[in-house]
Amino acid sequence: MMEKMIFGRFIPGNSIIHQMDPRAKISFVFVFIAIVFIANSAVTYGILLGFTLLVVFLSKIRLYFLINGLKPVFILLIFTFFLHIFFTREGDLLLDIGFIEIYEEGLRQGIFISIRFLVLVFITSILTLTTSPISITDGIEVLLGPFKRVKLPVHELALMMSISLRFIPTLMDETGKILKAQMARGSDIGSGPMKERIKAVVPLLIPLFVSAFKRAEDLATAMEVRGYRGGEGRTRYRQLDWRFVDSLSLLVLAGLAGMLWYFRV
Amino acid sequence: MDILLQEVGYSYAKDTPFEKRALTDVSLHIPSGSYTAIIGHTGSGKSTVLQHLNALLKPTEGSVMIGERKIEAGVKAKNLRDVRRQVGIVFQFPEQQLFDETVLKDIMFGPLNYGVPEEEASRRAHELVEQLGLPPEVLTKSPFDLSGGQMRRVAIAGVLAMEPDVLVLDEPTAGLDPRGRREIMDLFHRLHIQKGLTTVLVTHSMEDAARYADRVAIMHNGHCVVTGEPEEIFSNEEQLGDYRLEPPRTIRLQRKFEAKAGIKLGAISLTEEALAKNIALALLEGRDSE
Repeated sequence: MMEKMIFGRFIPGNSIIHQMDPRAKISFVFVFIAIVFIANSAVTYGILLGFTLLVVFLSKIRLYFLINGLKPVFILLIFTFFLHIFFTREGDLLLDIGFIEIYEEGLRQGIFISIRFLVLVFITSILTLTTSPISITDGIEVLLGPFKRVKLPVHELALMMSISLRFIPTLMDETGKILKAQMARGSDIGSGPMKERIKAVVPLLIPLFVSAFKRAEDLATAMEVRGYRGGEGRTRYRQLDWRFVDSLSLLVLAGLAGMLWYFRV
Repeated sequence: MDILLQEVGYSYAKDTPFEKRALTDVSLHIPSGSYTAIIGHTGSGKSTVLQHLNALLKPTEGSVMIGERKIEAGVKAKNLRDVRRQVGIVFQFPEQQLFDETVLKDIMFGPLNYGVPEEEASRRAHELVEQLGLPPEVLTKSPFDLSGGQMRRVAIAGVLAMEPDVLVLDEPTAGLDPRGRREIMDLFHRLHIQKGLTTVLVTHSMEDAARYADRVAIMHNGHCVVTGEPEEIFSNEEQLGDYRLEPPRTIRLQRKFEAKAGIKLGAISLTEEALAKNIALALLEGRDSE
């Protein structure tokens, strides 16, 4: 179960998306999130979906893997889809079976919101899948650089982020291990009646918290021992390299925004 | 209870870019009542095999027979509780699984999950704490207030309290002091004999494998390459070397002794006691012939 999760995971590769500068990728994602909200018609949502699939294709990450890894998200997606279908009462009545009434506008909204959700999840996942946690942090640190003037602890924030990202897979593995140990003791979170499953959460979470705190403490000690003092005057081993593709990607994004604006109703 | 692995293959994270093959065509028979040691170099697939023994992992190829129950690749297995009750696993660093408020409750967790009545579970907990050499007052303490070695013992008690027919041990003594190691391994061996358990020990320690096991299986690169009796496995140094393993200390010492003294001992020495006896016999023989 755990091994299929792809949040925060990084798949090394050498696609054009992998090679992009993290600053470009992060800006791209943020601008993209804003642009998504321009879309409001079948054509514009179609363009968005097509564009997203193109990005997935360019990243050389198998669509099947992406869909499989985002299964938990789809549950949420289906849930919102049905919320829209059942609770929007505008437009023509399409279907009426007793207590369920489905309106045209509800169906429309349901589909649009689902596409919006899907597109956002895909693009953000592609960011973390193709960019190593370290590059993401480097990128964010540079992008937030200007805020240092207003005394924002940019370096510390970036460090916190990179540590959290770094430990997602570790904690996942650990969850798997403890899960198995408790399963062997007859407490199975994956099967049985709901009540039993909820009861099985405690034996899983407590050891996980204990070990997470222990890890945090060990890490803090290790950093202190090696004289870590934060960002002041620290030079970088990894240099960021802004190339033509990076500028191009932002241009493409501007083009996309223009197109969406043009086709919007 | 017999456990039979037939042509088992296993890949972690199958059908993802992280897919990693761990086992290929592993066939292994663990007869009822035997003490089997699984040895092998790091990353040889020992721990993966172990998790198949109570269906925590289901084979991606082949099948596993656990007693009467057959677990086959590609077939959904439901209701594995019975299997898991019968096959208890002590994982590596089992102290990580402790969670309850008191040691007593933590030990009783397993048995209660499998429907053992409360008094019986509590009786087992009291008995096990004593057997494992812990003072009775730990029962009311929080497991997180204990020392590392004590936590390990409590966690082991938590598995033993389920009274499994098959006991699977994954490096149960890693990180313990030598004396605690010996005590715990001796306890497992005692239980093995007294209760007629089937025991499977996964270990890096050739000494433990030689001392306790009556059957040894060698894992190498996800294959189960050799199975046999400890005497034959450990006397074949060349074969051990092929799988990047060393014979136990006693045998290495025996070989050195034989080379220096220019005599051959009658039998292979799997334990210190056996080595002492073999050397004494050889010396006596030498004196008699003079």
